[in-house]
Amino acid sequence: MTMPSYAFQLYVSGDTPRSHLAATNLRQLIESAAADDYELEVIDVLERPDLAEQQRILATPFVIKTSPAPSRRVVGDLSDLERASRALDLHQRKTVS
Amino acid sequence: MTEFLDKLPIGIPGLDLLASGGVPQHRTTLVSGTAGAGKTLLAAQFLTEGIRAYDEPGVFVTFEETPDDIRRNVQSLDWDIEQYESDGTWRFVDASFDLGRDAVVVGEYDFGALLARIEHAVRSIGANRVVLDSIGAVFARFSEAGAVRTELLRIAAGLRVMGVTSLMTAERRTDYGDLARFGVEEFVADNVIVLRNALEEENRRRTVEILKFRGADHRSGQFPFTIQPGQGLVVIALAGLELTQPSTNSRVTSGNRGLDTMCGGGYFRDSVVLVSGATGTGKTLMATEFLAGGAAEDERSIIFAFEESRDQLFRNAAGWGYDFAKLEAEGLLRVVCAYPETMSLEDHLVLMKDEIDDFRPHRIAVDSLSALERVASLRSFREFIIGLTSHIKHRQMAGFLTSTSGSLLGGPTITEGHISTLTDAIILLRYVEMFGEIRRGLAVLKMRGSPHDTRIHEYSIDGEGLHLRAPYRNVVGILAGTPSHVPSHELDEVASMFGDDSIANTRVGMTDPDSIGG
Repeated sequence: MTMPSYAFQLYVSGDTPRSHLAATNLRQLIESAAADDYELEVIDVLERPDLAEQQRILATPFVIKTSPAPSRRVVGDLSDLERASRALDLHQRKTVS
Repeated sequence: MTEFLDKLPIGIPGLDLLASGGVPQHRTTLVSGTAGAGKTLLAAQFLTEGIRAYDEPGVFVTFEETPDDIRRNVQSLDWDIEQYESDGTWRFVDASFDLGRDAVVVGEYDFGALLARIEHAVRSIGANRVVLDSIGAVFARFSEAGAVRTELLRIAAGLRVMGVTSLMTAERRTDYGDLARFGVEEFVADNVIVLRNALEEENRRRTVEILKFRGADHRSGQFPFTIQPGQGLVVIALAGLELTQPSTNSRVTSGNRGLDTMCGGGYFRDSVVLVSGATGTGKTLMATEFLAGGAAEDERSIIFAFEESRDQLFRNAAGWGYDFAKLEAEGLLRVVCAYPETMSLEDHLVLMKDEIDDFRPHRIAVDSLSALERVASLRSFREFIIGLTSHIKHRQMAGFLTSTSGSLLGGPTITEGHISTLTDAIILLRYVEMFGEIRRGLAVLKMRGSPHDTRIHEYSIDGEGLHLRAPYRNVVGILAGTPSHVPSHELDEVASMFGDDSIANTRVGMTDPDSIGG
């Protein structure tokens, strides 16, 4: 088994509509760029404030693209998909056969 | 009816006095001020004093400086944050800007992560106090001011739920005007403290004002403060001083027998005497006699000299037969010399109070106030005098202040005009020019609560000190600086006009003029 090409962390605070919206938007973005060749870890900062501390995160939702390098960080619910994909450096590959 | 909230002491005595006990408990208080006004220091002191005096751990949320910057910046104050951190009484939440961790904003967000981190820190050390410094930096990073405001409001609400008492600092552009940028005051406006560092007549003047405490008592107005090594903010709460000093009728010697007689038996124990005169009239000598007079009665004295160096002072005293070095060695005297220009008047006052509280003298002399007046605005100067005289009275000391008049031959001085009402006794020293000769005259202008000699006495100064002689007769206009001789027969005529043949001799005087002095 090989490591997935893409790895993301999504920090949310609690089970809120905003958290769900961010997760849905992020998955849609990733899948259109990387199909299922990715790993997404969702972290609730209410349960793991220590991880938010480690990453010095202020605002949620917060996405970190950990792989491939360079890492990218985006804050917000990603509702503007086009801007989000640019910010995360995710190239759409709709035409790949 | 207003419900009065419980207060949490900040731990800064003067400020707690103004705040009627402290900041509202379990609430957030906004600390607003321009850059360099002392906001971060107040925030750090709130936590430090909490740890030191009240055993209350604290969390410092920093948006602007890094924790390292803050640790380093307060080292000069002898606050060892690293020690507190390893004791588990201080914890940083580092929300400072880090270029490498900058994130692009896409869509809506909240500060849930920050709140979670603060709560985590608060729970982990059992914190009672939280500071957020400074929230302006958050607005700089997240452009949607409206959203940031809402989120900060949520954090304030969250802090309240946690049961902590917090300070939030916010930057303002000017010392007067909008409380904070970005309309921050609108949401934490219940409790506001304003720090100012305003330029006043070429002098920086730091003040603190409690603008409002919703539903809680406090004093209004601006009060000066200074920043002291080892102490941090020291607030001089002038209006907080109450005139409740018990007043005594016991007298202390002025150190000069003739002067004691003129004053009706010496100065009052808890009074403040102002001596005003031109340069060379003998003010420093009178101060020296005042100190020596105390030492002769086994009383401790302290002198703050702002015009002469220690050596000069000791040499002068030796010239009049007093051994200051010996008195110091015996613990009866402390000499504190300082250049007025080395610090602000507020700093001087704080240091003087520290010296007084340390030495606990019976007598205090300041030579001269005029030197201090040079370095401050009139308002600062007046506040200084009020602060000093009330401290003198509070400690029931005898105070002796000198003031140098600008013109050689009399006339009012600015110093006198501003402080005469604050002193209990005023003694004037004047040059008197008569028949081509310079002589000197001394008058007790005012002596609160006591009869005194109202005549102007001639005095001389020699190697043994100041000697009072007979009162001037046949001379008018000495105080105005324009003495002129009045022939005896004219005085007799004036006396006969009023049917009082004693006018030329003893107007209101209470002692035989010839028995005074040496």
